Amino acid sequence: MTGFFHSEFFHNYKRSTSAIIGSALMAFFAFAVLAGPFLVAQDPYDIAALNLMDSYKPPMWLEGGDPRFPLGTDGQGRDVWASILYGARISVFIGLVAMIASCTLGTLLGLIAGFYGGIADAIIMRIADIQLSFPSILIALFLMSAVGTGIDKVLIALTAVGWVVYARTVRGSTLSEIEKEYVQAAKVAGLSNRKIIRKHVLPNVLTPLIVIATIQVGTFVLIEASLSFLGVGVPITQPSLGLLIKNGFDVLFSGLWWTSVFPGVAIMTLVFGINLFGDFLRDELNPRLK
Amino acid sequence: MTTQIKSKPLLAVQDLHTHFHTFAGTVKAVNGVSFEVGAGEVMGLVGESGGGKSVVGFSILGLIDSPGKIEGGQILLDGQDLVSAGENRLRQVRGREISMVFQDPMTSLNPLHTVGRQMDEVLCLHSDLDAAARKQACIDMLESVGISRAEERLKAYPHQFSGGMRQRVVIAIAMLARPRLIIADEPTTALDVTIQSQILKLMRQQIADKGASMILITHDLAVVSEMADHITVLYCGNVVERGKTRELIETPTHPYTRGLIDSIPDTAERHDRLKQIPGSVPDIRNLPKGCNFKDRCPRAQALCAEREPTLTAQHGSLWAACHFPLKPGELA
Repeated sequence: MTGFFHSEFFHNYKRSTSAIIGSALMAFFAFAVLAGPFLVAQDPYDIAALNLMDSYKPPMWLEGGDPRFPLGTDGQGRDVWASILYGARISVFIGLVAMIASCTLGTLLGLIAGFYGGIADAIIMRIADIQLSFPSILIALFLMSAVGTGIDKVLIALTAVGWVVYARTVRGSTLSEIEKEYVQAAKVAGLSNRKIIRKHVLPNVLTPLIVIATIQVGTFVLIEASLSFLGVGVPITQPSLGLLIKNGFDVLFSGLWWTSVFPGVAIMTLVFGINLFGDFLRDELNPRLK
Repeated sequence: MTTQIKSKPLLAVQDLHTHFHTFAGTVKAVNGVSFEVGAGEVMGLVGESGGGKSVVGFSILGLIDSPGKIEGGQILLDGQDLVSAGENRLRQVRGREISMVFQDPMTSLNPLHTVGRQMDEVLCLHSDLDAAARKQACIDMLESVGISRAEERLKAYPHQFSGGMRQRVVIAIAMLARPRLIIADEPTTALDVTIQSQILKLMRQQIADKGASMILITHDLAVVSEMADHITVLYCGNVVERGKTRELIETPTHPYTRGLIDSIPDTAERHDRLKQIPGSVPDIRNLPKGCNFKDRCPRAQALCAEREPTLTAQHGSLWAACHFPLKPGELA
């Protein structure tokens, strides 16, 4: 570990304000997501714990605010702060799992396309091209309206949208990697194609994926929020940040702004943090920018 | 007492045709090449870039990728044809019986694995040794290519080696499974001149120690003349001349070989301009009728545009494909 603290990466990290802010925001959300349920007194999804008398209380610093509900309450008397912490769990979970699934699928398809070429390459890459010609939110929306709502369905839709970037990146790096002589040398040594892909090509094409994967978690959180806002995302019993915004949106213009605005601020901060850190990673890991 | 029979060649390439079918037309990169390599011999394969030298090397190992294809001929290893052999047989041949040393030591090792792991990979595939024995074999091999503190160096990554040291490692990997034939594709081109001679010396010694044969692919006549027993000169995918090294270098009969030898800079004499072969290699997709070299040849006559010359015996051990070959002592 001492090696890491003396590395150029860590040195640059210490000098980059945006990287520190970004990772601090990410760390904050990681903490909130993991420790969330222990930070708040109320479980917003335990109906028995809710009291309709508490509905639409403003944030505590406004007139009529209640110190039990620092960011106010919604129509069912749910604490907005608690809802955000619980909602962020679902948003971040969806973002991470969908990213891992897309990355795995896309990398696999990209390796096959790049290494074997020919028909496999043509089919995989044409599908990718077709997909890229539509906005990803549109494809996700289309899939969701076809398969219905639910966290698992959202994950499927996001993976179907997200694999393309990995496949294209991996295919490109694979093509340049298999031209290098060590891959030829591995063939000459008599290694099977599968071994060559696993041991020699895969590890050498992973670096650019780190950046894509980081930024993609943010993108996925946003897409999921949009889907939920449009009513085709997560079910009402497992509200993500996007669904919280939607729930509050109906009463936004009645002056009850806090039910919608605070979850919105939460999404914005989360995605902002991820993108700041992702930008830093891109600058660090891109050999051409050095 | 048994009578000494002249042994069959280790590798015999007969009338090899390797073509690349591209959208712009068929490239006949290797167009009827034949040669033999005996056990323990070093054969130099010489020619300009684009002459099909490397394609010959990859054809022998069955590593011609689409759109390339071996269209005809035989490659006999111990009398067994490799062209018609299946992928499984070829995988056994690669690394174990025939291995290869590449041009650029900077890219011929995987930057992410230690040298030891890359060496071990070959032994895992081609030997039945246990882990400890494999490690010892790797250490011995590294030491024999002149890398000191071999045991420590096994744990090093390729970037921790200099270019010359990496090429030593590459040679060590190529020799590990004790192959009978090594194809060295421009093994010293990317190295400093001072390192070149060290590496050549090392390769010659390794081959002699292990009784292996070698095909040395290069454009550098100076390198082959030091190393090879026989030389085969390629031009546009055809053999234009072949024979024993000494005769071919001292008294070449093909004007192309003569031109190659003349274009080696002579340090004893100062010239304002270096000698060269005029013109450039013709478009290989669209080869002219007759001799491929006629447009650049000082001796070309009407016949050369009419008919393609075939390999015919010249003086000594030399064979050349030329209608008007040079006599010994005659200058082009």
